[in-house]
Amino acid sequence: MQPKLEILERELIERILGEAFTLIGEPGVKVQAQAAVDLLTTAGARVEKGIAHIPEALARRALASAPREFFLHNRGGEAVVRYGGDAVQFDPGSSCVHILDPATLQHRMTQAGDLVRLVQVAEMLPQYAAQSTAVVCNDVPKEIGDLYRLFVVLLHSNKPIVTGAFAAHTVPVMIDLLAADSGGRVALRRKPRAVFDVCPSPPLNWSDFAAQNLVDLARAGVPAEVVSVPLAGAAAPVTLAGTVVQHAAECIGGIVIHQLAQPGAPVVWGGAPAIFDMRSGITAMGAVETAMLNVACAQVGKHLGLPTHGYLTGSDAKVMDAQAGMESGVAALMGALGGINMISGAGMLDSLACHSPEKLVLDAETIAMAQRVLLGIRPRGESLALAMFAQTGLRGEFLKLPETRKLFRSEQHLPSSVIDRGSLHAWEQNGAKDMFARARERVVELLAAYQRPALAAEVESELKAIVGEQARRAGMEHLPGLGA
Amino acid sequence: MHDDLYPALRQCIIDGDPEQAKELCQRALAAGMAPLDAINEGLVPGLNHVGEQFAQGEMFLPDLVMAGEAMKVATAILEPAMQKAGARRETLGKVVLGTVKGDIHEIGKTLVGTMLSASGFEVHDLGVDVPFETFAVKARELNADIVGVSALLTTTMTGQKNVVEALEHHGLRPRVKIIVGGAPVTRGWAEEIGADGYGEDALAAVALAKALAGK
Repeated sequence: MQPKLEILERELIERILGEAFTLIGEPGVKVQAQAAVDLLTTAGARVEKGIAHIPEALARRALASAPREFFLHNRGGEAVVRYGGDAVQFDPGSSCVHILDPATLQHRMTQAGDLVRLVQVAEMLPQYAAQSTAVVCNDVPKEIGDLYRLFVVLLHSNKPIVTGAFAAHTVPVMIDLLAADSGGRVALRRKPRAVFDVCPSPPLNWSDFAAQNLVDLARAGVPAEVVSVPLAGAAAPVTLAGTVVQHAAECIGGIVIHQLAQPGAPVVWGGAPAIFDMRSGITAMGAVETAMLNVACAQVGKHLGLPTHGYLTGSDAKVMDAQAGMESGVAALMGALGGINMISGAGMLDSLACHSPEKLVLDAETIAMAQRVLLGIRPRGESLALAMFAQTGLRGEFLKLPETRKLFRSEQHLPSSVIDRGSLHAWEQNGAKDMFARARERVVELLAAYQRPALAAEVESELKAIVGEQARRAGMEHLPGLGA
Repeated sequence: MHDDLYPALRQCIIDGDPEQAKELCQRALAAGMAPLDAINEGLVPGLNHVGEQFAQGEMFLPDLVMAGEAMKVATAILEPAMQKAGARRETLGKVVLGTVKGDIHEIGKTLVGTMLSASGFEVHDLGVDVPFETFAVKARELNADIVGVSALLTTTMTGQKNVVEALEHHGLRPRVKIIVGGAPVTRGWAEEIGADGYGEDALAAVALAKALAGK
């Protein structure tokens, strides 16, 4: 069995959904995109003054038409990420504006070159099932910031991608990029490589561009991840149960718009619910209540039979200290036990602001531990222990048994050099390095071993042509971050 | 006879109790208390106490917000009486405030606005998703001393730079000061885009605004 953490009683889930269905009717959901308003009106929702009052029956139809499962594919066309059931996968956090300088510990503004390094490190770590468009590139004009990030990731990775748009008009260009990469729009629809995060604004507001994104993605058959971000105590009720209600209502509102645009299009019950820190006013990504919210929101999505997403493994710490490890470790494990299909957030520090390749390396260890927990404890033969005792008796020489050699790799997760379990003497001999020093070394090793994937020449030139045209229009002659 | 009213006025701010604030201010006016005295001897010491407790980690943002709400109700009661008496609360300066275009988050911005007006600034809150140009147009129209630009998203904070540029374009710099805030914003970012300052929280924003206004 896959060990599981359930945090809501069934009766409470029903109450949560009951209140969520009430909320989308009254006070209703703000919907600003005309295309979405038209879809809702045609389907029988009352839309007045930009507020849609969605009947429960309409919402239930949309939830029923959304697929239970879909896959993301790597560049080779293999279905490597499963959205559905209790599959658990991780990807790095998105849209940071800073990167932790490993030498000076400064949080400096991110550039395209930083995104490249993050993608390279994540590409080398099997714990990351997907890449993300991890940072905002400050050396790229804002108008094309979203599509440029996707371009950089496509050039440097074979993995599936969790991405997102900053505006309405860039989504078609981003879909063009993905289509070029996949061999056309039909191929992209059949074997999507990317999922787009689309965020409602709390409370219950589908902004012009977010609602338009949902419509465009649904029609293109490119998966959309509804990432509801209720902030408990500030932009959402202070009670965790109340915030889960708001999350459900925001997700349902988005899924209704999405499914009306194209019934059956792939969509995810996603989110980044968090508590508002009452002292600093920050979004407390490392708080245990934030992890509880993510598990609870995913549980509601699972109850509806939908693919799920959450935002965990980030930390509010500013450097790679014990707080960073502790918060990320607790949250990643809880999310994994919650059976959340895609858990975004690894590599992040300072709430949502700062990314770090070194933290990606540390978090990969946390994720590996969580994945080991999910494999559970299971029998590996006809007897559990008797056969091994029959061979070694009370001599206790288990290390000599063939079973030991055969099974230890599947019974134990073997950590990388980031985790130190050696003797004190060995540790001292090796320079008495702390975790951060070891993580820095591992980043250097991974970057040295990284090789850029071989893209077909015509694909690469098409990607560059699409982005080159957009860049010129935005007044950018040189394309940063392309490297060698 | 005002001896017991001052502590009560102070306390209603500390308790963050708008109902109590309304009733006490009405009672103070009925008892003939000068509105300015009610503010300066009763309400403001209460607000200062909340600020100090917040800084020490003994009070939290909800305490601050409710103190601000109580202050708003109280001054709304006292304001007309003050005008009638020809008295004026000294204004520390005019602030134009808003959340930058593309961003509709208002918690931080509204809290800063509440604390600024509670502290004696005249605040014009433009709301959320405010076009860059509007900050400059409003600053000129209102003859503002300070423009405050909020951004919560990492993807919209770059708009703060556009606001700085818009004010420059309108020839309002350096006379009109610009302060920036929001979760991803840092002092370094404020310096980089040529803003005049950044406050870590609503109280720091008040201190910053006072310093920039020369008060």
